[in-house]
Amino acid sequence: MAVPTDEQRGRPTAGGPVPPVPDVVAATEVPVSPVVVGSLREYLGTQWQRIRSGQSGMLPIVLGLILIVVVFQVLTSKYLTAGDIVNILAYGSIFVTFGLAETFALVLSEIDLSISYVGFVGAMIMAELLNRPFDWPWWAAVVVALLACGVIGLVQGALITKLRIPSFVVTLAGLLGWQGFLIFITGADKTAVGGVLSISENRIVWGIVNAQMSPVAGWIVYAAVIAAFAAYVWSRDGRRRASGLSAPPRSITAATIVGVAALGALLVWVCGFNRGSSIVVLEGVPYFVPVLIAVIVLLTVLFHRTRFGRYLYAIGANPEAARRAGIRVAAIRTLAFMLCSFTAGIAGVIYASRQGSMSISVTGGVYTLLGVAAAVIGGTSLFGGRGKPVYAVIGGVIVAAIYYGLFLLGVSADGTYMAIAVVLVAAATVDTLARRRRPSAT
Amino acid sequence: MVGASEGGALLSLRGLSKSFGPVRALTQVDLDLYPGHVTALAGDNGAGKSVLIKTVAGLWPPDEGELFWEGRRVHVHSPRDAEALGITIIYQDLALCDNLDIVQNMFLGHERRRMGLLDETSMEKTARKTLEALQVTTIRSIRQPVESLSGGQRQSVAVAKAVMANARLVIMDEPTAALGVTQTRMVLDLIHRLAEQGVAVMVVSHNLNDVFEVADRIAILHLGRLAAAGDIIEFDRARVVDYMTSGTSERSVGNGRRPEAPAEERGS
Repeated sequence: MAVPTDEQRGRPTAGGPVPPVPDVVAATEVPVSPVVVGSLREYLGTQWQRIRSGQSGMLPIVLGLILIVVVFQVLTSKYLTAGDIVNILAYGSIFVTFGLAETFALVLSEIDLSISYVGFVGAMIMAELLNRPFDWPWWAAVVVALLACGVIGLVQGALITKLRIPSFVVTLAGLLGWQGFLIFITGADKTAVGGVLSISENRIVWGIVNAQMSPVAGWIVYAAVIAAFAAYVWSRDGRRRASGLSAPPRSITAATIVGVAALGALLVWVCGFNRGSSIVVLEGVPYFVPVLIAVIVLLTVLFHRTRFGRYLYAIGANPEAARRAGIRVAAIRTLAFMLCSFTAGIAGVIYASRQGSMSISVTGGVYTLLGVAAAVIGGTSLFGGRGKPVYAVIGGVIVAAIYYGLFLLGVSADGTYMAIAVVLVAAATVDTLARRRRPSAT
Repeated sequence: MVGASEGGALLSLRGLSKSFGPVRALTQVDLDLYPGHVTALAGDNGAGKSVLIKTVAGLWPPDEGELFWEGRRVHVHSPRDAEALGITIIYQDLALCDNLDIVQNMFLGHERRRMGLLDETSMEKTARKTLEALQVTTIRSIRQPVESLSGGQRQSVAVAKAVMANARLVIMDEPTAALGVTQTRMVLDLIHRLAEQGVAVMVVSHNLNDVFEVADRIAILHLGRLAAAGDIIEFDRARVVDYMTSGTSERSVGNGRRPEAPAEERGS
């Protein structure tokens, strides 16, 4: 009798409750319906199998972040103050948003190297519209800036999908071209002295990163957000369990809610400390936090709860299968590049808000790389089809933590750039090795 | 089992011909496929099996000949036409997305929505029902990514996808080519159950063991011509090999021997 090697190779062997199939006959006689996952043990088994195949890379990344924080705390001994943590998050919000933008391209198995200057062109358009002679209201300036970014993405996406030019070439050209365009529009404006436009007169745009709600307001918003999250997760899992569908056990659902609530409480609590002085009190949750949460929630719904999102993953893994399933692959890809640039525009606005101005001397290339780094460090694969918007959050915070720690240590640009490069390559190495471990990797 | 001679073919090919430049890939092929029956399509490399499939799939419309669907003449000029009729082709690569789970793969391109968002609950229920109807029972979780499945399980997902799309004719290209013994067993059982549900199945295979195991009928192509076709009991391995290699056979099947044990027949 032949040894059923295929059976054993294909069947995941670790941590699973299903015993190995002993012989040829048994394969067809397994009792019906182990399709539903029931107990906690089975759930953990399935999750472990996912982690092994590189599906759920959050845990090691969180451990990595804790390690980084501990190392810098020991080295600088002043890293973990409320002011520094909020600074890291403010820095990180830019990287996170660029990482969110890049996730669109990476999941498609493409790359967008132009995100930084596309975002900064958007920010400069906003700055021009906020200043004389336009003096537009903040919302109109922001909307037009983001739409401009979307149009840029549409053009780049059309070049990539219709003419089939590799995305890295089109967007590498974009990286240079949009920097040129940034200098051009700023040069045409005589009021931009030295290529700098201030936006700090507009308290709302400036306030996204630099203003904060009162600690009490922070707790009210926190309670509302957590209540909505808990209600959604609890009712969703409960409904699935009631219909006999695969869902995590009740204990895991509860643990998820408690975990998120604790993390949020920690954030609001830290932001509640006075990070100014006894004269100028600076306390409360900065406005970029709810803005960022809103963007993340929107993108998460888009990626995981819509056909568009589903098709991004399908195309990223197997474009031929997607095409045969009747998916309009070119249209989906073009739309993804458009949304990538649009999200980059949001990053540009946050950047301008933090700086209080836009300048032509912004070092754009670094921000592209940091955006890619944020997504990849968080666990989004460079090989397509794997990753989530939320991964960019932890990745972006890690990048900011390293950046800020090196800054506190007095390391200048030379060391910082090299350190970030090493971290990016390390993340790409982990990604590549995880991919090689997967059974069907080719 | 309904005799094939009683008529009622789901799909009939009549005088199908296809050339690529000077090369005649198919010449005047007549073939009938019946609901609830498994028809094996056999033939050596280059006999025209792939061309025949792709013609039925609408990828390469024929130069000559006609297709009849339930006796009605139809034109299949694109994969969309084939899909509209209820023809599903499962190619060797299965066209699955490794990173998506079983439900997501089964509904790819036909996702159900509620209020604009994906209706995972309804999709998972339907997917489970379909898999259970096909008695696909070795899958641990319907929400595991397809990449973690064995070859036979992946084949099952592809078949379930076809069933769920209400396919009435499923054409499988070498479904057991890359599989081990256990997995082959599983897929052959699956093909039986597919036919039991009233689906017409055509299996393209090199493997005569599998052909005799699973098929009710057989059609043998030789150099683009239909060398022979009929109930499987009219054939044995030696005759099939004759037809595949030379296009004719002088042999006859002796003593009304049933083809249940083709491996032993070789010795007779």
